[in-house]
Amino acid sequence: MIRVEGLWKSFDGQPVLRGLSLEVGTGEIMVVIGRSGGGKSVLLKHMLGLLHPDSGRIEVDGLDVARLRGAALDRVRERYGVVFQSGALFDSISVLDNVAFPLREKTRLPAAEVRARAEQQLAQVGLTGMSHKNPAEISGGMRKRVAIARALVTEPRIVFFDEPTTGLDPILVNAIHRLILDLHRRLEFTAVVISHEIPEIFSIADRVALLHEGVIVEEGSPEAILASANPVVGQFIRGEADASLLSAAMTHPGRHPA
Amino acid sequence: MRGSAAAGQPALPVRLLGALGGTTLDGLEHLGRFGRFFGEALLAVVVPPFKLGRLVERLHFIGFRSLVIVILTGGFTGMVLALQIFFTLSRFGSEAFLGPAVALSLLRELGPVLSALIVTGRAGSALTAEIGIMRITEQIDALVVMALDPRRYLVVPAIVAGMIAFPLMTAIFDVVGIFGGYLVGVHLLGLSPGTYFGEMQTFVDVEDVMTGVWKSLSFGVIVTWVCCYKGFHCGHGAQGVARATTQAVVLSSVLIVVWDYFLGSVLP
Repeated sequence: MIRVEGLWKSFDGQPVLRGLSLEVGTGEIMVVIGRSGGGKSVLLKHMLGLLHPDSGRIEVDGLDVARLRGAALDRVRERYGVVFQSGALFDSISVLDNVAFPLREKTRLPAAEVRARAEQQLAQVGLTGMSHKNPAEISGGMRKRVAIARALVTEPRIVFFDEPTTGLDPILVNAIHRLILDLHRRLEFTAVVISHEIPEIFSIADRVALLHEGVIVEEGSPEAILASANPVVGQFIRGEADASLLSAAMTHPGRHPA
Repeated sequence: MRGSAAAGQPALPVRLLGALGGTTLDGLEHLGRFGRFFGEALLAVVVPPFKLGRLVERLHFIGFRSLVIVILTGGFTGMVLALQIFFTLSRFGSEAFLGPAVALSLLRELGPVLSALIVTGRAGSALTAEIGIMRITEQIDALVVMALDPRRYLVVPAIVAGMIAFPLMTAIFDVVGIFGGYLVGVHLLGLSPGTYFGEMQTFVDVEDVMTGVWKSLSFGVIVTWVCCYKGFHCGHGAQGVARATTQAVVLSSVLIVVWDYFLGSVLP
């Protein structure tokens, strides 16, 4: 179980997280949605122990990640699998070596066993026959799948997906979502998914949390979120531009608001 | 009381003092991080597990792939050195000392410094760029969340490889330079081969050779330390990597020259 309580974080005096609280139950898929630059990745980096909060707690199975350092933090991270937004594949080694990397470095398994497991993991994500390729030689969708295979090869109990489908076409988006759901059913890990893909991502979510201006403004099942009367939720779900964006569009009619 | 602006803001000298204090504190913090980075890397050098495969790969990258340019510049440095020293010595009728003059210049100063500058330009810059790109593409974060220490994979092998490769590159630079000087002195300017090498044996001591070895060893540490640090702490995007690479090469080059002077004044 992951429990985030009263998380505050500022950068150069600008608060990004303002007392955020969130709970992710064991074995569930929690999807965190929210506007770009709203602090979703900052929240994820806190859960991973890559950032430390100004105040607040991040409990993972009862251990406060925010207070842990060094070997104690590494012991929590050993339960993690992480799929980074960019894939973060090591570009100097092959696809197979990328997937085998955590096993080679963190276990004492024989080389043949490591190779067999990595190949099996690649097969699970539909990438049989791609082992020898370099990450630079495969498509964006394939890179995401290799990243998923690498994150899951150590059979982690908690898996974090940071915008796993960004930059992919709608067919690939659905394929990756189905893959996550399928792997979740088989491996029964707890998943935290940061996503922009609305409403597609709702099909795999057990619960959805909307992060807005540094706090979770709405949390519940996908159905409850879709039916929410909260105007912020409605604005985000239906993609309605807010007043500031509309005013920018009116001032610069030839340009699209960023 | 003066106006509201004066009441809201401290006086100019106080603000200047504040800015000076802020800059000094930033500088000290940066220096502390720089030192700590090295200390942690040194600790990882002596504490297992060791990444021997990465070390061999780094040796190939820093040493072997710098070989051609080191041989080329070493040869021409020796040649131009012989040419210039010969004309100077001929004014005093001391052409016979060309061999020791070339050898001592190369062994004590030019060999370690020039080969270090060349390897910095070729391998140091690439080291910073590679680590910087790994930083901005989250590859370093990926190692961290796998509960692995990225310094063990990226910094320690580079520093150890620098300690091995820099003295070797310097040795090759010196040998090729001495033969470059021989080529000019003997075949172009008419000095006898016996005089060139004979006088060298008389005037060059093991101490001179060791001075060059100690210098190149320390340059290897300085360059790899600076380049890894700058890559690790690069800014955002391509611009951040480009800035870090430039800073790494400039800082390494300046430190090589400054440290060379310091060692030159303390070593025998």
